[in-house]
Amino acid sequence: MSVTADILVIDDEPVVEDAVIKICALDNYSVEVAANVKSAIEKISKNYYPIIVCDIMMPDGDGFKVLEELHNRNIDSSVIMTTGYSTVENAVNSLYMGAIDFIPKPFTVDELLNSVFRANRYQQIKNRQKSFSMQNADRELLYVNCPVRYLRLGYASWMFEERDGSVLIGVCDLFLKTIETVKSIELSDHDEEINQGISCLSITATDERTHKMLSPISGRIVEVNQNIKTNPSLIEKDPYFEGWIYRVIPADIEYEKKHLIMCSSELL
Amino acid sequence: MFKKIGFRLIFAVALTSLSIIGVFAYFNVQTHSRSLLLEVERHANQLGETVISSTRFDMMLNQRDRIQQVINSIGTQPQIRDVRILNKVGEVIYSSDSTTINRMVDKKAESCYACHSANEPLEKISITERTRIYRLHPDSSRVIGIITPIYNEKSCWQADCHAHPKNQKVLGVLDVTISLADVDQTIQKSELEIVVFAIVAILGVGLLIGFFVRRWVSTPVNNLLGATNQVSMGNLNYSIKDMGDDEIGKLAHSFNNMTKKLSEARMQLFQSDKMASLGRLAAGVAHEINNPLTGVLTYSSFLLKRTKDNAEFQDDLKVIVRETLRCREIVKSLLDFARQTVPKKNNADINEIIDKAVSVIENQLVLNKVKLIKEVDKYLPKITVDANQIQQVFINLFVNAADAIGENGGTLTVLTHQISLSPYGLAQIKKAACPKRHSLIDNEFKIGGFPSIKVKVLSENNEGIIHLDPVYGKHRNEYNLIFPLTKDAKFVCPDCSSSLILQDKTCPDCGSPVLVFDTSGQGLYEVCTSEKNNWERWEFVDSAGLSEYIEIKISDTGAGINNEDLPKIFEPFFSTKGQKGTGLGLAVIWGIIDNHNGTITVESEVGKGTTFVIRLPLTQQR
Repeated sequence: MSVTADILVIDDEPVVEDAVIKICALDNYSVEVAANVKSAIEKISKNYYPIIVCDIMMPDGDGFKVLEELHNRNIDSSVIMTTGYSTVENAVNSLYMGAIDFIPKPFTVDELLNSVFRANRYQQIKNRQKSFSMQNADRELLYVNCPVRYLRLGYASWMFEERDGSVLIGVCDLFLKTIETVKSIELSDHDEEINQGISCLSITATDERTHKMLSPISGRIVEVNQNIKTNPSLIEKDPYFEGWIYRVIPADIEYEKKHLIMCSSELL
Repeated sequence: MFKKIGFRLIFAVALTSLSIIGVFAYFNVQTHSRSLLLEVERHANQLGETVISSTRFDMMLNQRDRIQQVINSIGTQPQIRDVRILNKVGEVIYSSDSTTINRMVDKKAESCYACHSANEPLEKISITERTRIYRLHPDSSRVIGIITPIYNEKSCWQADCHAHPKNQKVLGVLDVTISLADVDQTIQKSELEIVVFAIVAILGVGLLIGFFVRRWVSTPVNNLLGATNQVSMGNLNYSIKDMGDDEIGKLAHSFNNMTKKLSEARMQLFQSDKMASLGRLAAGVAHEINNPLTGVLTYSSFLLKRTKDNAEFQDDLKVIVRETLRCREIVKSLLDFARQTVPKKNNADINEIIDKAVSVIENQLVLNKVKLIKEVDKYLPKITVDANQIQQVFINLFVNAADAIGENGGTLTVLTHQISLSPYGLAQIKKAACPKRHSLIDNEFKIGGFPSIKVKVLSENNEGIIHLDPVYGKHRNEYNLIFPLTKDAKFVCPDCSSSLILQDKTCPDCGSPVLVFDTSGQGLYEVCTSEKNNWERWEFVDSAGLSEYIEIKISDTGAGINNEDLPKIFEPFFSTKGQKGTGLGLAVIWGIIDNHNGTITVESEVGKGTTFVIRLPLTQQR
């Protein structure tokens, strides 16, 4: 399958397509467009697009169809979902169905560029992983998978249910590997409410790019890891144990768990 | 006028009393006049006997002057019109009226007629036959005349004058006539008295009945009539003031109750509908606006990036970006409002949630000098709710109460307790499926704001769709078929055409076939197919008996809400706070309570305060 462009934009709004083309040109990406689900599926069946920016609501169906199609055809494109009808359900569903990010419309240049940046890094890691596995090398070299009994939202954030009913939340190693070295973290405060599928912290890397992390679960923050505040690089050193971020009293964990992926699962 | 119930009653009563008094008066007058006449008759008879016996001696001696004198002196008595003695051939021999002496009287005259009506003159006749009442002229007063025969006796034919032979039986008659003017006047007077009495009595009874009818029937009925008119014109907040404890008072009370329930139900349905359509609208608008906003935001932030060295452009572009981001937040909050996501429910203690809400707004309560009274049921069971949302409800209501109370202080009362309500007329069928598990719920066709149950009907060569009310016990089924339902009509699933008729069972009320649906986890729901019959059964709900609710009453002594505003307060964008409020607070509250399958109602009186009543079901249907 040939690669004709770096990014495929699927959106029925010409102004959005044009904007994405212009923005992506800033980072020297080539862009192709599809105005509806049908032509998008035609394009992905012919060519391989490393990154796909896909709108959810389109005249001939929803963007989830594209995600399904990619999954059925075993295509490893990194998909960024976007929609004007940005609900928690849409966000969580997108990530559960294999998208690597969800950005609600309207988005800024930086929001899109940073997301595309991560998608590109993700592709690179995937490709390296493939070449490694061909040589039977250990994939752990590239990133550390989250431990068994942990659950994750997409590839970005994880949660772990402790015995006392509280839940720990943190950032997945793969997410950290798709961004530059962490420079600073902006955290929510103790006692604040966070919601599944909605940004709960933003990480600024050394390249000045800011990345938002979507919370894997809803609830009230009862504890913030103070060590992270003083030493942000802790999350890179030990993302799954010492590098936890929030302790949360969950609101409806049983319901929300359904949209999370088991860390033991091979699905990525 | 005769159509008025009061007049009819008065008329009936007057007619009854008129007939009773009339009959009574008739017999009374009759008896009275008869006894009066008898008295006069007896008196006249006695007078006749007296004249005869007082003149007997003079007759024997044939002293005619003396006889004439006696008759004259009797004749001068008042009321006595005439006293005369006639001989056998009808010649007047003596008379108190001297002009008639020696005049012949015709046998057909009133005085003679009694005896001479037969061919042979009667010799012995009774007193009634001897009496006659007549008028001399048609316009003169009545007179009573009584004839006393003077019989022949031994001393008469043996007397020296030999005037009367022995074989003669009756020698003559004494005729006394007495004027009945006085008697007639008395009778007339008593007749008049009775008529006057009757009129006064009827008028009195009529007025009295009229007064009470007006007080007990007409006024309340008119009030009721006015109230029904108000309600039919759509003013469901109209209530009748207290009318006491009689039947009409009870009717008024139950009428008030009915309109209250109606208005609550209408409000809930109206609100459901409105929130649903507003949700769709907001979702559509958000989607439509967010796309062009993406253009604005991306292009402006794009320009911002490309003009890093132009400070003048940078500032202006930053304004565009900032304001576009602001738009993004507004659209987001609109979506949040419209969506009002499925609540995230956990077991929670309502009293605890109230305490938390109070702690949030404590400062404002102190500032407004609001005294908080909590009358909570300490033994309330825990309930599955979204604690955050419910807390939001309480906070909003408390803030509203504090605003309504203003700066002069007042009291805010929070009351919680557990109540039981019947599910009939409340429970909603949310899922209904045919035997092949096709859903029969029709989201497009709503009855009372809730998605209906759709059933396909095949009747001879026609087919159509009927919609059944999803609320158990409400029976607002919509048939709207353009063809008649035959006896062997088929009721089938619109998707797979499998029959929905319950085998081996017919409606216990009318014998029609019975439709049956699976309500997925809530047993079978059965309903009669006949359009006219309301039979339905949902054993799952019936067997559950009364449903338990937690009721929370929040009352304030604030300004109150006037009756015109009351129906609108749960509408989105309705605010009485002017620029201060967005008008979304109560609409959000309504949405949250509705999402919890609960109800919220409001009662308010201007100047006295407002009470919100929230009812949350103890067991949530998921």
